[in-house]
Amino acid sequence: MINRIVALGRVSLDALEALGRSAIFLVQAFIGIPRAEGFRLWLQQMHFVGVLSLPIILVSGLFIGMVIALQGYVVLVGFGADEALGQMVALSLLRELAPVVTALLFAGRAGSALTAEIGLMKATEQLTSMEMIGVDPMRRVVAPRLWAGFVSLPVLTVFFSVVGIYGGYLVGVDWLGVYAGSFWSNMQSSVNFVNDILNGMVKSVIFGLVVTWIAVFQGYDLVPTSEGISRATTRTVVYGSLAVLGLDFVLTALMFGEFG
Amino acid sequence: MKRSKWIEGGVGLFVLAGFLGLVFLGLQVSGLTPSRADQTFTLYANFSNIGGLKARSKVTMAGVTVGRITSIELDPKWYEGRVTMQIDEDLEGKLSQDTTAAILTSGLLGEQYIGLSTGGDPETLKDGDTIRDTQQALVLEELIQQFVSSMGKD
Repeated sequence: MINRIVALGRVSLDALEALGRSAIFLVQAFIGIPRAEGFRLWLQQMHFVGVLSLPIILVSGLFIGMVIALQGYVVLVGFGADEALGQMVALSLLRELAPVVTALLFAGRAGSALTAEIGLMKATEQLTSMEMIGVDPMRRVVAPRLWAGFVSLPVLTVFFSVVGIYGGYLVGVDWLGVYAGSFWSNMQSSVNFVNDILNGMVKSVIFGLVVTWIAVFQGYDLVPTSEGISRATTRTVVYGSLAVLGLDFVLTALMFGEFG
Repeated sequence: MKRSKWIEGGVGLFVLAGFLGLVFLGLQVSGLTPSRADQTFTLYANFSNIGGLKARSKVTMAGVTVGRITSIELDPKWYEGRVTMQIDEDLEGKLSQDTTAAILTSGLLGEQYIGLSTGGDPETLKDGDTIRDTQQALVLEELIQQFVSSMGKD
């Protein structure tokens, strides 16, 4: 019995310690950007984390937009309100789906890769050797990756929304025959730039920070064995996804919570 | 070096396309138009019931959008909804004094907007004038009430 309580205490303390380490880690990493050489490193990471994530983001955005239009049409046409399809597609994408799904895909595609890369650097003692020759691994390895994730996720979210709305247009207007004029005008009269688009962007900025933070920290903090790397990669995706979904609820409640 | 150029170009394009996407979302999806305050003139109209009309709803003429509603408030003198509209400058001096404004609905459940139609008065509306002849929004409850009371008479 006492052993159980001790074990519980140990787990809690470990979790608190990891939280503290990751917070210090985040602050250290964010300080380490302003340098000409750092910009080049950041650019390389932007290419890997952002540009190379484009195919999966574009394809899933297109299909999700198409599916919303299809599902929405089936429901709306029952009320004779299929004209409101554009509004439904745009609002559900801009407010919820684009930030959340992009962040989830991002955690799976880029986050896990970041963890594995940094983890392998740690396991092969590259990080230690960098410190030995006087290169700060925070600056050289961690900071560019963190900034790249932070910047590229909002951009990817914009792509997701645009492609998704176009996908909704393809299905709704070209296939199901909703009138194009009312598709766009209903959308324009119901979507508000600040409330819907900018709030969605704020969400994705926060998700970008959290997902990359988790990914980079898991890589930096893992047990340097092959098993440790595989566990840390899994943890990145699981924690990243859970953090995104949980935060999304909180942010939505804060942003759109003035019900009743 | 060549590879680095590729990467830089790719990232540049990526960020640029992201900005363009945001502009697209702003203009096409949320209908944000660059403000053209100097190219419009203001008209007012009082309605006894504005229904579901909102600020930023459109003002049309023969189905063509010619302006937007900027604000709606209660006129405390007549207890009517006072609607402020910004109309394209081209129409200044072309709308007759007896122009009528009606609140219309696009489709059965669609958005509500104001439709203008001109009359034959040679006098024209100027900046800051009020449209007198208005037709209030269709309120479903009132229609049903009328229908029920006319049923009762038969």
